[in-house]
Amino acid sequence: MAFWIASSPHNHNQTKTPNLMRLVIYATLPGILAQWYFFGWGNLIHIGIAMITALVCEFTVLSLRKKPIAHELLDGSALLTALLLGICLPALAPWWISVIGTIFAIVIVKQLYGGLGHNPFNPAMAGYVMLLVSFPLQMTLWQPPLSLVAVDLNFTNTLTTILTGFTVEGYSVEQVRNTLDGITMATPLDTLKTNINQGLTVLESLNNPVFGDNFALGWEWINAGFLLGGLFLIFKKAIAWQTPVSFLISLFICSFIGYSMSPDSSASTMFHWFSGATMLGAFFILTDPVTGATSTKGRIIVGLLAGLLVYLIRTAGGYPDGIAFAILLCNMSAPLIDQYTRPRTYGHLKGDK
Amino acid sequence: MSNDIAPQNSKAADIADDLDEQEKAAEKSQAAVDLKAEYKELALQGLWKNNPGLVQLLGLCPLLAVTSTVTNALGLGLATLLVLVCSNVTVSAIRHWVPKEIRIPIFVLIIAAFVTCVQLLMNAYAYGIYQSLGIFLPLIVTNCAIIGRAEAYASKNPVKQSAFDGLMMGLGFAIILIILGVIREVLGQGTLFDGADLLLGDWASVLRIEVMQLDSQFLLAILPPGAFIAMGFLIALKNTIDSHIKAKEVADTDLVIERVRVNFDS
Repeated sequence: MAFWIASSPHNHNQTKTPNLMRLVIYATLPGILAQWYFFGWGNLIHIGIAMITALVCEFTVLSLRKKPIAHELLDGSALLTALLLGICLPALAPWWISVIGTIFAIVIVKQLYGGLGHNPFNPAMAGYVMLLVSFPLQMTLWQPPLSLVAVDLNFTNTLTTILTGFTVEGYSVEQVRNTLDGITMATPLDTLKTNINQGLTVLESLNNPVFGDNFALGWEWINAGFLLGGLFLIFKKAIAWQTPVSFLISLFICSFIGYSMSPDSSASTMFHWFSGATMLGAFFILTDPVTGATSTKGRIIVGLLAGLLVYLIRTAGGYPDGIAFAILLCNMSAPLIDQYTRPRTYGHLKGDK
Repeated sequence: MSNDIAPQNSKAADIADDLDEQEKAAEKSQAAVDLKAEYKELALQGLWKNNPGLVQLLGLCPLLAVTSTVTNALGLGLATLLVLVCSNVTVSAIRHWVPKEIRIPIFVLIIAAFVTCVQLLMNAYAYGIYQSLGIFLPLIVTNCAIIGRAEAYASKNPVKQSAFDGLMMGLGFAIILIILGVIREVLGQGTLFDGADLLLGDWASVLRIEVMQLDSQFLLAILPPGAFIAMGFLIALKNTIDSHIKAKEVADTDLVIERVRVNFDS
């Protein structure tokens, strides 16, 4: 009789990919709920369109590649990509925006590189950046919070706006985006950037109704929702805490330095934390196990780098928000960072190769 | 000792001469066959097997930069073709007098001379396309596909073959340029041959085809990343076709039963 000898690790984690993906999808719910409450049905419709497109694309490519379709189609990774892309899109963008973005994300960024686990870039963010670069006009069709919109944006109105560009009553997208005062609304980050470029101080531009009472009307609650979901993920040990914490600290330090040097021309630290896609990026996209760094030190470095890049792009770049660009740049540098932050092998001395 | 042996009788010598002539004729026909095979091989290499755009991946800079429309692609393709043929002929004609040590500067000078000619010609007769190609027209000098052919083929082979090689390589390059141009122009603007009058004269403005009516341009296809992605798809397509051909050949040869020596050493 021989002993059955197995090599380490002996303690297995039984979590499977679909479980993890489902957990992440559930964790986005508070943020999506806040988005629905403040901005209406637009993003939910886009998430639906993106999910259907993602499943069709995934099915087509998997059958072309002769892969086990049922197994990989239902692992939830394509649905998660579609979900994240749908959350990021401007609520009133036309329907083909989410279709093209999802096709690019699934077919080119994910499957052409070899499918889940082999993609160097986060598919949702690469799709978003492709859309932002290719269709700058449609990708700025941000909708002001519902409380500032003159037109009643119920489900049917939003659906027809996304499909045809007009509401049921015949208002065009541009008219919908005008407030009661007839001013076209942009996102808080965009408004702040434009105002600072026009020579207004931060305090003056905070009078604009898109900022609300605190930092950014609606956006602060969406970010709070994603923060809650992210904490839940950390609690469940689905993501590592190092990346989001170092990212948020880095963004905090950068914006604190900027704010203390010239408070008139730079936004406060909490504005940077609670507007745009900060929390979504920190907890849901930067922590992607495929495209992020894998070592503990590497995760901290990636987070710090991402925070710095986001701050630089938001203040000095051409786009109002820089999460997507920063994350793609971090994805690019993650393998190199991993290379230089290899943890010490058990039993080896420090510096002993 | 052979010097001592004189031909014993003239008949034997005649027969030997006849044999010689026959051999020469056979050699000649053999050479003709070889030449034909060589031309065929050159065409196959230039257009498919060793295509400068798809396989050698030389000259990517102009390939990716100017193929946003078919007209630009056609303009650059023709210019490169012309330079490639002329430089191959010249390099081949002077190949016996070029010292090996300084051949590269000489090749570059020859190419630069022809590029200057082409540039001046385009400036004179197709000013519009000259302007839209911009820096990439003089940059043909640094196109590795051209100096690569000069170094790899023209400097070792006779003029005729070199000219044919230049023509085929240039055609292969131009075809890839045009295919990329078609893909990017249709995706980006929904048109074909937009601005063809810049290259071909006023009559060519009728060539413009509106393939799709796009409300907004698909900027990715027009920008360089689109060129990279489209190029990747073209290379993948070529490799797929190649592997299909290979699989077919293997299937054909499988039918032949071969005797295989089995020994345990190997």
